[in-house]
Amino acid sequence: MSMNKKEIAIEFKNVKHGYGEKTILNDLNFKIDQGEFLTIVGPSGGGKSTLLRLLLGEEIPTQGKIKFFGKEITEPTKDFGIVYQNYSVFPNLTVLKNVAFGLNLENDKFGYKYFKSSKYIKNSKQIIKNAKEYLEKVNLLEAADKFPYQLSGGMEQRVAIVQALIMKPKILLLDEPFSALDPWTREQLQIFLMELYQKEKTTVIFVTHDLEEAVYLGTRVLVLSPHNLVKDVIGSKIIYDAKIKEPYPRLSEFKTSLSLNKILADIRKFAFV
Amino acid sequence: MKVKKIFWQSNNDINRKSALFNSLILFILLIICYVVISDLRHISNPQDKIFPSLQQIEQGVKNSLTLNEAGVISLLADTSSSLMRFFIGIILATAVGVFLGIGLGVFPFLESLFSRFILYFDKVPPLALLPIIFIFSGLGEPTKILLIVIGVSPSITLDIYLRVKAFPKEQIIKAITLGANKYKIITKVILPQISPAIINIVRLNLINVWLFLIAAESIAASEGLGYRIFLVRRYLAMDIIIPYVLWIAFLSFFIDGVLAKWAKYQYPWYNK
Repeated sequence: MSMNKKEIAIEFKNVKHGYGEKTILNDLNFKIDQGEFLTIVGPSGGGKSTLLRLLLGEEIPTQGKIKFFGKEITEPTKDFGIVYQNYSVFPNLTVLKNVAFGLNLENDKFGYKYFKSSKYIKNSKQIIKNAKEYLEKVNLLEAADKFPYQLSGGMEQRVAIVQALIMKPKILLLDEPFSALDPWTREQLQIFLMELYQKEKTTVIFVTHDLEEAVYLGTRVLVLSPHNLVKDVIGSKIIYDAKIKEPYPRLSEFKTSLSLNKILADIRKFAFV
Repeated sequence: MKVKKIFWQSNNDINRKSALFNSLILFILLIICYVVISDLRHISNPQDKIFPSLQQIEQGVKNSLTLNEAGVISLLADTSSSLMRFFIGIILATAVGVFLGIGLGVFPFLESLFSRFILYFDKVPPLALLPIIFIFSGLGEPTKILLIVIGVSPSITLDIYLRVKAFPKEQIIKAITLGANKYKIITKVILPQISPAIINIVRLNLINVWLFLIAAESIAASEGLGYRIFLVRRYLAMDIIIPYVLWIAFLSFFIDGVLAKWAKYQYPWYNK
C-alpha cells in the first residue's frame, strides 16, 4: 500500500487571525494528512468561513503560518478545488460548459480560439469527451445542455463538485455545500460525496454547521468553537479533534447508530459549555 | 370551487391576446381625442395649423417621402443620418462605459482614480456643456457624437461599475481555483455574466441618447430628425412635426424591443 507513509497536506502553525481589534481565530495548530476527509464543524459566526478563506489564500493570517505541502499559502491557486453553498456554478454556462470550464481555460493557452489551431481543436474535442465522462460518473449526462437554473439544488451541487474535481485539485474544499438542500437530497449527496471520495482518493475538507453531518462524513472531525473553557482566550479555537474510525461505505443507518451518537455526545460535552 | 378574483390580485392573470388589446385602448382613445379636437378647431378656424387634420398629416408625410428641391427624400435622409449618429454614439458610449465600468470595478487603483471624477461629471447636465463642446470642436459630425458620448457614458459607466462591484466573490475565487487569471476572470466570468445587464442599461439610456442627439441636431446640422423638427417649427408645420415625433418614438420603441428580444434569446438564463 502506498498509503503507508502519508504526506502532510496542510499544516497550521500557531495561526491567529482577525480584523483590526477583533480576533476571529486563535491558537490553531493542526496538520491535515493527504487523503483525509476532514470535516470542520462549528456554530455560525464561529470562524469557519474565515478559516476557509485562509486555506484558499484569500487572506493571510495576522500571525503564524499555513503551509501547503511545506509551502506557505499566499494566494488562491489551482491546488484547491472549491464548492460553495451559493453561487456554486456559473449561471451563464450549460452544465457541460461548467464542467469543462477549467480545462477550456487551459486549452486557451494553446489558444487562438479564433485561429483554431489544430492542437486547440484536438484538445477541445478531448475536453468535451472528458467532461462527458465525468458527467456520466455522476449521472448527469442527460442534463449536459441544461442551464443551472433548470437544475434542482442537488443536481447543481453535483455539477459544482464535478466542475472542481475534473481539474484534479490536490485538496477539495466544500463550504456548507449541502446546507440549503432538503433532508432527502442532502442524504443522497452525502452518500454521493463519500463514494466519490473513495473513488478519487482526494483530500477533502468539508465545512458544515451540522454536527451529525460532520461525524457522518469525515474520517476526522475538527470542532471549531468560540465557546472556550479558557475564558481569557478570544477568538475561536479547536476544541475537539478526533478520527472517526467507521469504515466506508457508511450507510445511512450509521447516522442513527450507537457509535455515532456516542461521538456526538462526546463532542457536545466539549462544545456546548 | 370558483375562486373570486379581485382585480389587484395576482391570480387575476390576463391572457396575451386581451393584454395586447388592452394596450391598444389608450392609443385609440388618444387618436379619437385628437381627431375631435382637430375637427372642432377646423370648424371655428379652417386655417388652424396647431392641430392639423389627419388628411393634412398624411399630406405632410407624403411630402416628406417625395423628392424635395434639394433632391433628397427628407424623411429617409433625416432618418439615416440621425440613426447613423445614434448608433455610433450609443456604441462608443457603451464601449467607454464597459471598459471604464469593469476597470473601476475590478482594479482598486482605477477605482480610486476615476470614481469621484465620473461621479462629478455625471452630475453636470450635458446640455450645459453643449456650448462648450461646440466652441471647442466646431459644428461638425464629431461634435454631435461627442455630446452623446459625454452625455451617456458616465451613467453607463457607473451602472456597470456597480454591477461589477456587486459580483459574487465566490464566483471569482472559484474561477481562480479553476485556473483563471485576472484577464480571464474579466473575459470569461464577469463580462459574460453582466452582458444581459449591460443590454438593459443601454436600453434605459436610449432615451438620453435621443435627447442629446436631438439637442445637438437642433443647433448644428443640415439634416437629421431633430434638425427637421426645429427647422419646420418656425412655420408651425405641425403636419411634419407630429409624424416626425411619432416616427422617432417608433424608432426608439423598435430598437428597445429588438434589444429586449435579443437579450432574452441570447441569455435565457438571465434573471432566472
